[in-house]
Amino acid sequence: MEAIAFTSPLLLTALIALPILWWLLRAVPPAPIVRRFPGIALLFGLLDDENQTDKTPWWLLLLRMLALAAAIIGFSGPILNPETRVPGQGPLLVVMDGSWASARDWPQRMQRVEGLVADAGRDGRPVAVVSLTDPPPEGPVFQTADTVQAALNTVQPRAWAPGDLTEWTDTLSGGFETVWLSDGLDREGRAELADAFAAAGPVTIVESPRPVLALTPPRFEDGNIALTALRSPAGAEREITVAAIGPDPSGAEQVLAREVMLFEAGADRAEIALSLPSELRNRLRRFEIEGVRSAGAVSLTDDALKRREIALLAGRDDQEATDLLSPLYYLNKALVTTADVIEAPLDEALLASPDAIIFADIATLSDAETERLTDWVSEGGMLVRFAGPRTAAAEFDRDEPLLPVRLRAGGRSVGGAMSWGEPKALRDFTRDSPFFGLTVPEDVEVVSQVVAEPDPTLAERTIASLSDGTPLVTRKALGEGQVILFHVTANAEWSTLPLSGLFVQMLERLAISTRPADLSAEDLAGTTWIAEAVLDAFGTVRRADTLPGVPGEVLAEGAPGPDVQPGLYASDDRRVALNVISADAVLAPVTWPATVTVEGLEVDEPTPLMGPLLTLALILLAIDAVASLWLAGRLRPMRGAVAGLALLAMALPQEGMAQETPEEIERAIGATSEVVLAYVETGDRQLDQVSRDGLAGLSRRLFERTSVEPAEPFAVNLETDELSFFPILYWPVTESQPTPSQDAYAKLNRYLRTGGLIVFDTRDANVGGFGTATPTGRKLQQLARPLDIPALEPIPSDHVLTRTFYLLQDFPGRHAGRDVWVEAAPADAEQIEGLPFRNLNDGVTPVLIGGNDWASAWALDERGQPLYRVGRGFGGERQRELAVRFGINLVMHVLTGNYKSDQVHVPALLDRLGN
Amino acid sequence: MISDPATTPAGLRHRAEGHASAYPALMAEAEHLAANVVLGEHGRRRAGMGDEFWQYRPAQAGDTSRDIDWRRSARSDTQFVRQKEWQAAQSVMLWVDDALSMTFTGGKDRPTKGHRARVLALALAVLLNRGGERFGLANRGTPPRRGEAQLGRIASHLMAPAGEADYGAPNARVLPNGSRAVFISDFLGDPSQTIDTLTRATDHGVKGALVQVLDPDEEAFPYDGRTVFETMSGAQSFETMKAGNLKERYLDRLAARKAQLKEIARRTGWRYTVHHTDHPATQALLWLYTALDRGAGR
Repeated sequence: MEAIAFTSPLLLTALIALPILWWLLRAVPPAPIVRRFPGIALLFGLLDDENQTDKTPWWLLLLRMLALAAAIIGFSGPILNPETRVPGQGPLLVVMDGSWASARDWPQRMQRVEGLVADAGRDGRPVAVVSLTDPPPEGPVFQTADTVQAALNTVQPRAWAPGDLTEWTDTLSGGFETVWLSDGLDREGRAELADAFAAAGPVTIVESPRPVLALTPPRFEDGNIALTALRSPAGAEREITVAAIGPDPSGAEQVLAREVMLFEAGADRAEIALSLPSELRNRLRRFEIEGVRSAGAVSLTDDALKRREIALLAGRDDQEATDLLSPLYYLNKALVTTADVIEAPLDEALLASPDAIIFADIATLSDAETERLTDWVSEGGMLVRFAGPRTAAAEFDRDEPLLPVRLRAGGRSVGGAMSWGEPKALRDFTRDSPFFGLTVPEDVEVVSQVVAEPDPTLAERTIASLSDGTPLVTRKALGEGQVILFHVTANAEWSTLPLSGLFVQMLERLAISTRPADLSAEDLAGTTWIAEAVLDAFGTVRRADTLPGVPGEVLAEGAPGPDVQPGLYASDDRRVALNVISADAVLAPVTWPATVTVEGLEVDEPTPLMGPLLTLALILLAIDAVASLWLAGRLRPMRGAVAGLALLAMALPQEGMAQETPEEIERAIGATSEVVLAYVETGDRQLDQVSRDGLAGLSRRLFERTSVEPAEPFAVNLETDELSFFPILYWPVTESQPTPSQDAYAKLNRYLRTGGLIVFDTRDANVGGFGTATPTGRKLQQLARPLDIPALEPIPSDHVLTRTFYLLQDFPGRHAGRDVWVEAAPADAEQIEGLPFRNLNDGVTPVLIGGNDWASAWALDERGQPLYRVGRGFGGERQRELAVRFGINLVMHVLTGNYKSDQVHVPALLDRLGN
Repeated sequence: MISDPATTPAGLRHRAEGHASAYPALMAEAEHLAANVVLGEHGRRRAGMGDEFWQYRPAQAGDTSRDIDWRRSARSDTQFVRQKEWQAAQSVMLWVDDALSMTFTGGKDRPTKGHRARVLALALAVLLNRGGERFGLANRGTPPRRGEAQLGRIASHLMAPAGEADYGAPNARVLPNGSRAVFISDFLGDPSQTIDTLTRATDHGVKGALVQVLDPDEEAFPYDGRTVFETMSGAQSFETMKAGNLKERYLDRLAARKAQLKEIARRTGWRYTVHHTDHPATQALLWLYTALDRGAGR
């Protein structure tokens, strides 16, 4: 349906000129490059082979042609999808589904409707806009477009589907054209409605091709939450994200879990099983398909997903009983599918803060237990007690807090072999009872019970009674919680109640257990439900304080409509969610009769193409300029820049991978292509300059005197720079320098372990010896503590440092302190026979610590003159010379290791060679 | 005369300082280069005129009786001749092309040909000085001498700015009879003058070595497209529509030039090599040193 039109098509004739241009352009040779070249002497006299060598390359020509063509076409004003509207006639009926499925693209729908109404206004046609979820009872009212336009704002989608429209169809009369904005879902009566419209005039259906997504209510299956998502129509493979939303501990709503669901290609439903810890599960409020604004994509959760924690306690039974006689057997059976059951001693059960505690025939509690239990109930707990022989036999205080009524000691037996009476049945539940609406099975019989003392409050505390009026279940509020007493046992000993379905229903009504997933009218019969929150069509949850109560039977139908809005309904402690999508819902696309026209929702806007085409022309011309320059060889000086740009372009997409910047690489190459001495930056600029000058001076002396020819010294930042390139690190210690980070220490330790040498210079040998006597000494200790430094000793007189190049016994710098420390020799070092030194450790000392301020003694200016004064007169110069010799020995030691020690073996080796 | 700034003491000193600023760098480079070569090369090691004893050899026919060392001969039955180690000092004249063509370099990472030539010459001078030879610079007519002062003189001469001409050629006027000579140039100019000089030098018993210093670009001719080539002074130019097509013929001519130089060197008993500026200077220096050394023996 796409078309192109031109505002000034005559300009297109200029395209004819392109071939002429082609011919013209190819004749122009490129400008020559002027080049100085000594070899020209050999060129004189040579002739060019071809005369036609200077053609503009065809691709450059093509580029220029394209640029020109783009410019010409651009100026002729092309427009994509030009407007072509045919005015219609007669009244126009705009029908909208207005359902939850329309909500996701409501703004587009309204835009379309506004366009239709505006068009009708221009054509002078009467219009009516009808939402099928809220149809006007007397049929569509056709009005002028202006009036309708003003009322359009009030049209809103509803969170339910259109109801039964057969009656409304009958109100249609007369001829009109229909435009139906469908939500794309098939429902009963669709075809009939379409026929009715078709009978009145032409019908156009507007449908979005995007699939409708919906989420069915979550179910509890095998300990997991099962979710099913539906879509219509089924299409290609698609992933959707479902968020589970609920309050966090502070009460604010947030996403508790997020899961991805996958629609297989062609499948219209996707399923997933979500496993959540019960703590999170109990906090769930709703599930949402993320990114879809529609009530169908939201599913509220209710009690069906909640798993209460219930503690079961039985009296101490010392006799062995079979399972069926166990007081907890039936309770377990009734609760285990819908609640988490804890069976533990009372102390531990209370720690787990259960929702309810059930006592099966526990009569006596210690005072402490009573107190804790009373506190727990007062804070909102529910204590359910079942009677039994022990309860019957026990004596309770008058004001026993944990019993709803006072019990007469002994109980009674009404239908046993030794009694006169018949077993008693249950009386129907009264209206105030939470059990109201439950049918009482006839086969429930009670043969024994505990009996309450008559009391003024007895009647109001009774919520179920026997046919003779004696209470069967009594209840009393205690603080915020309640205490409930079943006057019979929890097993089948005293009554058949635990064997009946009523038992489960009663537990459920008491919100002790939770209901199974499906609501039945019977379950809800006789109850009234108040909406706590309702969903609007966009899936937003709103408070609903003003809505009237809903009878349980209506709620049980599960079909939301104007009367029963989808939302969360509460009655007593129970919550039931009414969702837009029911568990058995099916989404199906509509099959429209052949007589109607079906359109997409989107309208193709007229798009002027002039801008993009002119931009293209400009870009092509820019490329042409660069290409021409390149052809003419003028791009040479920029070659580096171009290569850089290309590199940059290549590097950009994989920025994450590129770890090293070009500067770092250059630095690494600089540091490794020659021997480089390095010093640690202290942050004190002056001191760093001294270090640099010192190492530069030492490098110069090495260059002059030895075959070691170091390059310029490097400054090293411990935090950022790689250390492994440098054989030696000179580290002047200042009080103010920052302590390196953990990473830097790790790097330093690695450096020391792999053969590096750090020279620590405290520069204070003039005022103090080695140790913590000086501030820098203390700083050194602090700095060096995390370092992996071996045991130290002052340089022994036979250390290899004393003879690696010069023979030295003193190691002065600017100061002539004696103490210079290196790694201690191993204890088993032996004196070598006939030689004045021992066979010492095989490696290089990893640290050298002193305070002689060597850098100052080494420092030279660019003319080779010393920068700092050392000592006085000739003696000072001698000291400087020794300092330099020490520096040379040091570097030699680092570079050659124990080579000089090995010299002792030379006589032996020569001896062997001689033989 | 007083007014000429070049000859006033102040002007002279100004120029000297200008030269001296670059001099230590050049000198250092040359020293460094020379230091690398001297390793492994020791002395002359052959019999000749000199003071040091070299060896005894059995007397042969033709030896005069004066040559016989009687003390040695008395210890055996044959006569021996006592030979001295050859110590005669040689004069070596260096000529370094200082024409504009030598200022060319094809890449920023390479030194100019002229720089390489100067470094080579100076390094050779350092070596010769160490070896006790006399050496001079033919460019300026510096007579051959030895010593650090001569080194300094040569270095400062080498630092003088390039000449005006596009191409240079050696001249034989200042070559002392029987001396040795080293010509360092690109030899891209008119070869006839070089050939003339070489023949005349050979006539005077001068032998030596030619070092042709070339930039890699001159060897590869990596040009294409419409180009106007100019000499370094810009005095002459040559235009081509497609430089790439000329490459083969240019290379042929270059090869012919090299062959010509090699042939003339062979005929006059000189030695010839080509050195490229992207190769280490050490190679050329080593070659030069051995070339002179070997030549001295013949």
